[in-house]
Amino acid sequence: MKITLKVWRQKNSNTPGKLVEYQLDNISPDMSFLEMFDVLNGELTKKGEEIIAFDHDCREGICGSCSMYINGRAHGPQTGSTTCQLHMRSFNDGDTIIVEPWRARAFPVIKDLMVDRTAFDRVAQAGGYISVNTGSAPDANEIPVPREIADTAMDAAQCIACGACVAACKNASAMLYVAAKVSHFAVLPQGQAERTMRAERMVAQMDAEGFGACSFTGACSVECPKSISLDHIARLNREYLGAKLTSNNLQG
Amino acid sequence: MELDSKIPEGPLAEKWSRHKFGLKLVNPANKRKYDIIVVGTGLAGASAAASLAELGYNVKAFTFHDSARRAHSIAAQGGINAAKNYQNDGDSVFRLFYDTIKGGDYRAREGNVYRLAEVSVNIIDQCVAQGVPFAREYGGLLANRSFGGAQVSRTFYARGQTGQQLLLGAYHALSRQVANGKVKLITRTEMLDVIVVDGKARGIVTRNLLTGAIESHSAHAVLLCTGGYGNVFYLSTNAMNSNVTAAWRAHKKGAYFSNPCYTQIHPTCIPVKGDYQSKLTLMSESLRNDGRVWVPKNQQDAEKIRKGQMKANDIPEDARDYFLERRYPSFGNLVPRDVASRNAKYVCDEGRGVAPTGLAVYLDFADAIKRDGRKTIEAKYGNLFEMYEKIVGDNPYETPMMIYPAVHYTMGGLWVDYNLMTSVPGLYALGEANFSDHGANRLGASALMQGLADGYFVIPYTVGDYLATIGPGDKVAVDHPAFKEAEQRVHDMNNRLLSIKGSKTVDEYHKALGHIMWDYCGMSRNAEGLKKAKKMIQDLRAEFWQNVRVLGTNEEMNQSLEHAGRVADFLELGELMVDDALHREESCGGHFREEYQTEEGEALRDDANFTYVAAWEYTGDNKPEVLHKEELVFENVKLTQRSYK
Repeated sequence: MKITLKVWRQKNSNTPGKLVEYQLDNISPDMSFLEMFDVLNGELTKKGEEIIAFDHDCREGICGSCSMYINGRAHGPQTGSTTCQLHMRSFNDGDTIIVEPWRARAFPVIKDLMVDRTAFDRVAQAGGYISVNTGSAPDANEIPVPREIADTAMDAAQCIACGACVAACKNASAMLYVAAKVSHFAVLPQGQAERTMRAERMVAQMDAEGFGACSFTGACSVECPKSISLDHIARLNREYLGAKLTSNNLQG
Repeated sequence: MELDSKIPEGPLAEKWSRHKFGLKLVNPANKRKYDIIVVGTGLAGASAAASLAELGYNVKAFTFHDSARRAHSIAAQGGINAAKNYQNDGDSVFRLFYDTIKGGDYRAREGNVYRLAEVSVNIIDQCVAQGVPFAREYGGLLANRSFGGAQVSRTFYARGQTGQQLLLGAYHALSRQVANGKVKLITRTEMLDVIVVDGKARGIVTRNLLTGAIESHSAHAVLLCTGGYGNVFYLSTNAMNSNVTAAWRAHKKGAYFSNPCYTQIHPTCIPVKGDYQSKLTLMSESLRNDGRVWVPKNQQDAEKIRKGQMKANDIPEDARDYFLERRYPSFGNLVPRDVASRNAKYVCDEGRGVAPTGLAVYLDFADAIKRDGRKTIEAKYGNLFEMYEKIVGDNPYETPMMIYPAVHYTMGGLWVDYNLMTSVPGLYALGEANFSDHGANRLGASALMQGLADGYFVIPYTVGDYLATIGPGDKVAVDHPAFKEAEQRVHDMNNRLLSIKGSKTVDEYHKALGHIMWDYCGMSRNAEGLKKAKKMIQDLRAEFWQNVRVLGTNEEMNQSLEHAGRVADFLELGELMVDDALHREESCGGHFREEYQTEEGEALRDDANFTYVAAWEYTGDNKPEVLHKEELVFENVKLTQRSYK
């Protein structure tokens, strides 16, 4: 296949970037999208040009590192898939493909296609856990969890924190990411003790990081590689409202 | 140096409790006077960092990822073993111990493996309390499935994403400690050297991957939780950035490297397609619970399939060879990984492989779908089937999967004693980075168990013993000359890589090394091939240092430079693996020497001469490493020819 790539090149967060065009002539349809970038970077190295920086690691759709905005869509044309799982057979010979980084104020560009997503970690640190010290747990079967509850928790917990939800959202909102974590713990019996505090703190941190508001368009869920449902946003709204009505934290 | 494994005296079942009682303690108020560095935030690293911070130590945790949650533990699919016996099918701590030590082909320490089995039950408790959404029965209690090398159901799982959920559990615990201020988390930073002063580990030197800044960090103890070295093969199921650098640089500072030739080739991976391929994708072993492995009985049919003239479903039942079920009737498709992989290789070597390359066998779900219905199979393996379809473009509900073995895990690693301390006092290795618990072959669902056992339930006790011994004052500041010299060495190495300005990319050298390793030190090895490989690796390494092309500078984000440093280390490790494989004149587990096999083609051990752990000591650049032996003592299991028939 012959492919024309237009790739966002940006030296660092202080320098303006631009789209740069590259021609690739020998692309196999069985190649993954990132393998095409490997080929291109090999060619650039031979020519003495700086390689394109991008985040990637597991290349099997689970680590959440890869983060390319391809032809106007987070992770490209497939649904329920990460960039690393995208293969060139999804494109046609002669296609022009535009590749940009995630665009969101809370995710500043580090270089080229690489962005800083540490805001997600700070939201997790604000309350995305159950406080349990190592060694203090009761026998695992002493906490029965109905199967449908475990399934719902798992549906939410499988978020890979890639940030596609933020990239896809016109407001750059992180509601789906936050909802997935709040929801995961809110439905489980183990998560009850810190339930209200968790919702309040995570939402507060999400706001502090500069993520936008949710206007419930659903783009996040459509582009989510794990197809995490909007139901979780509904649950987050309920959790947050409930927390605000019943919380001991009157200041918040 | 004499190797002292520090395995406690006494009956097997009491060793760990006695040992724990004998360990020195640091009083709660004094814990804050100690600094501990944890390198890597996978299962072992995140669980250790969180648990140590909970105890009150000051922890600095390092990861080269942008977030602690991206370590490759996240990709583990199938599950985690624990001797809970919730299924009432005869499991026990002793049985898990026995299966694991047998699965490792009797090349692991009894004491370590028993402890692993013992704490396995605590791990499940801990993870459930953290909110890990394990699979459940309708009554709300935990579900289990079976895995290779076991005849009981003891594997706990969260769909096909168990590693992800366990790592997130540890990541949440770690995040909580970051918020508490007890863990300082340093991301996008790679460890490039360990500092040893007066014979003790004192800290590390790192490179900030965003700015290139070379920095020193000092502590009372250093924990390497940096994973395995499977990427020495270039193509493996490891993540692209997984590397041996931290472990290898520690090795060069005096930490012995054990059993480097013990590498695990996982039987069920998606086969290689082309030269451009960057990694291989695992299809969980759990699939072998329901999938049947077969190839055509005769070569003619296989050839037609390879040429695209026939399809799998065209082969009638009586023309199929379910070779695992035929050869191993009692374990069938659930034989351990080394056995399954070798048999797949045999049938492909016989010309009965499928896929255009001839290097693939079928994993067929047709019978399971007929028996249980598509819905049940979808519930169990849906995400794996989807992943397969995305990569290969075939629908495994309708046509059998094609699989072939691929490098997956490394049982070898830094030598550690029972306390997980390496041969350098104060330097520890946890999880896949150490060699300790899996012998010559790891059973499925045991890697997650070991990583978490080390981090949650072993190191919190054993590190205290060392710290209490040295005292809080025994620390070296970062302005000590040893730190400055190490920083300079790192600078020099990077500058040297950047100044070569040769004609081949780092990737080209990495691929070339991978080919050598796979061809001569892969699924089967022989003396002649290994000798040839040794020379080839030496030549390749010499060429690399003459002709590699790394652009840019050190003082910026430079992914080529990162990769170049890692490949430079792999080029040294590769030679040690070959040496180790050559010296071990027996077959055991994942190490299969063609010269040593039974008439039926099974691995033939030589217990009289090789019942030991090989621990290699680095003696200087381009000098042969010195072999030390730790004899393995078996008091509770009888060494037998491993049989799964």
